[in-house]
Amino acid sequence: MAYTEEELKKELETKEYEYGFYTDIESDTFPVGLNEDIVRAISMKKEEPEWMTEWRLEAFRVWKEMEEPEWANVKYKKPDFQAISYYSAPMNKPKYDSLDEVDPELLDTFKRLGISLEEQKKLAGVAVDVVMDSVSVATTFKKTLAEKGIIFCSISEAIKEHPELVKKYIGSVVPRKDNFYAALNSAVFSDGSFCYIPKGVRCPMELSTYFRINQAGTGQFERTLVIADEGSYVSYLEGCTAPMRDENQLHAAVVELIALDDAEIKYSTVQNWFPGDKEGKGGVFNFVTKRGLCETNAKISWTQVETGSAVTWKYPSCVLKGDNSIGEFYSIAVTNNYQQADTGTKMIHLGRNTRSTIISKGISAGKSQNSYRGLVQINSRAENARNFSQCDSLLMGNECGAHTFPYIEAKNKTSQVEHEATTSKIGEDQIFYCNQRGIDTEKAIALIVNGFSKEVLNKLPMEFAVEAQKLLEISLEGSVG
Amino acid sequence: MLKIKNLHASVEGKEILKGINLEVNPGEVHAIMGPNGSGKSTLASVIAGNEDFEITDGSIELEGEELNEMAPEERAHQGVFLSFQYPVEIPGVTVTNFMKTAINETRKARGQEEMPANEMLKKIREKSELLEIDRKFLSRSLNEGFSGGEKKRNEIFQLAMMEPKLAILDETDSGLDIDALKIVANGVNRLKTDKNATIVITHYQRLLDYIIPDHVHVLLNGKIVKSGGKELALELEEKGYDWIKQEAAV
Repeated sequence: MAYTEEELKKELETKEYEYGFYTDIESDTFPVGLNEDIVRAISMKKEEPEWMTEWRLEAFRVWKEMEEPEWANVKYKKPDFQAISYYSAPMNKPKYDSLDEVDPELLDTFKRLGISLEEQKKLAGVAVDVVMDSVSVATTFKKTLAEKGIIFCSISEAIKEHPELVKKYIGSVVPRKDNFYAALNSAVFSDGSFCYIPKGVRCPMELSTYFRINQAGTGQFERTLVIADEGSYVSYLEGCTAPMRDENQLHAAVVELIALDDAEIKYSTVQNWFPGDKEGKGGVFNFVTKRGLCETNAKISWTQVETGSAVTWKYPSCVLKGDNSIGEFYSIAVTNNYQQADTGTKMIHLGRNTRSTIISKGISAGKSQNSYRGLVQINSRAENARNFSQCDSLLMGNECGAHTFPYIEAKNKTSQVEHEATTSKIGEDQIFYCNQRGIDTEKAIALIVNGFSKEVLNKLPMEFAVEAQKLLEISLEGSVG
Repeated sequence: MLKIKNLHASVEGKEILKGINLEVNPGEVHAIMGPNGSGKSTLASVIAGNEDFEITDGSIELEGEELNEMAPEERAHQGVFLSFQYPVEIPGVTVTNFMKTAINETRKARGQEEMPANEMLKKIREKSELLEIDRKFLSRSLNEGFSGGEKKRNEIFQLAMMEPKLAILDETDSGLDIDALKIVANGVNRLKTDKNATIVITHYQRLLDYIIPDHVHVLLNGKIVKSGGKELALELEEKGYDWIKQEAAV
């Protein structure tokens, strides 16, 4: 039973970031820098049609004129956008007919991530579209889904196979010129997932994508587009990890959700990008634009567990365009060491009787800064719109910060907006109480944090909730005493 | 079972316990009485390992093992249980989940397997019936919004679940009405065996009408100044503490 000190130290070191390994696969990487030629080359590499190339170029031209936003409550050295390589794909990238053909090292990576595809295939109910350094290398369960008319594939494939859908919806919720990172993503996105659920179809399984940044000095720019046609339902899971590196890696994704009349989309994320080491060195810059559009009676529900990244800038939002539509945002954001998170949501009420709920749980430890930033906007046409927001912060130690920036704009007198906020600290008396019942301090913190986050954890699909709880524990290890 | 020798303890440099000697054998119930500020709750905290207090001299042994250097959770694993005077709230953690974690962490520390779910449920049912606890109560957040009486009853429920060797009840009677007091005392009595021991810390004799002590000790200014049988408690109830103060001063 007795550990040597050395063994313990080793275990703790590796525990800090369990997914920090690097897969040695030959990659096909573009030279660094960004210009129209690089954008064209990306598009050509992906064998895209002319309209897509033009769409990217237009985004690039808009981006060139834009400046990086500075309003967020985060401090970091701005990335040099000319020092990044904008395309990195595993070299041996033939279209795989079976898993045997996949590079064994890649498969090993999946195994270490706990998503061995063989197992995934057997385990009922999860279809995984893995995006490793930008190119989708494997998609399972396609057949089962195809029988229901569900399309679940990489965005590159969708551009080729379903241009009518992509053309109609891409950029319809997050326009190219929406913001600096969205414009950048629109110009250079390398891959991502596409999902279409036909009218009246209830997707029989949770759809899941794992993102992972591998190559050094590459940015990852995925593009996700989910369309739920009238009366359909889908639950979508997204998980992210990245290997440990000294330099900062850039991640600027765009996710667009479209819920047509009476449709429902549930989108869950567990984000575990490398947060940097204890001194704040390295880590992923996570600048993400996520937005969903609800038509009449539609519902979009965002659930996120954010434990990773050095800097997070992320506001999954809902545009409640149709009457009676519903938007929900459930979030747990954990920051430790030198992490900084500025995250929250926007609920834009346009239609009548629209309703939105925001539950945000921020947990800060170490020297980290954790901000909630949310906008609730009720437009003049939005009769009887309702919003309820609750923002709770939990502090650990004396060197971290929690901030809440709620913005409320109500232009309709019949609307009702409620905002509640609390800040608390894990008390020594709580920890002693747990200790006295035989629960050690680390486990006690995990228990208290899980209790604090319960309302959000309960919104996650079962298997994801278990993983999220584990992540919370790992992220906060060593943060007290 | 419990041997306390010449125990001195202080908080922020101020000495509270000034040489406590106490021996508790299996199957015994000891009552510790004394006026406010005499050091009763400090003694309970120090035995349980609260790090706000520093042991400056003496020793605490449980079944021959010294507890002085042990972390609070290790003492719990050894079989020490403290029923808190002011139980803390843990929002979002249900009574059931808390107990499940406590029991399994303790079993893990003792090198045992986790308790199977059905066994756990059976035990919870049994013990909640013993203390006349409503099942709905068990799915509420730990101590959050509990009345004073509910908190105390919950402490004894946890005692029943954990089955410790040594139970210390710190002012368990405060905040209880007479019916609740009877239920709690009845619970404690039924949990008694010839292998475990109980220390009851109390202000008043009232609780001792229901939990009959084998020994009564009077704590005054950080020292046990008088020990006796259960009749000592009655005497204190009748005469107050002044006569003991005078006796001790002599």
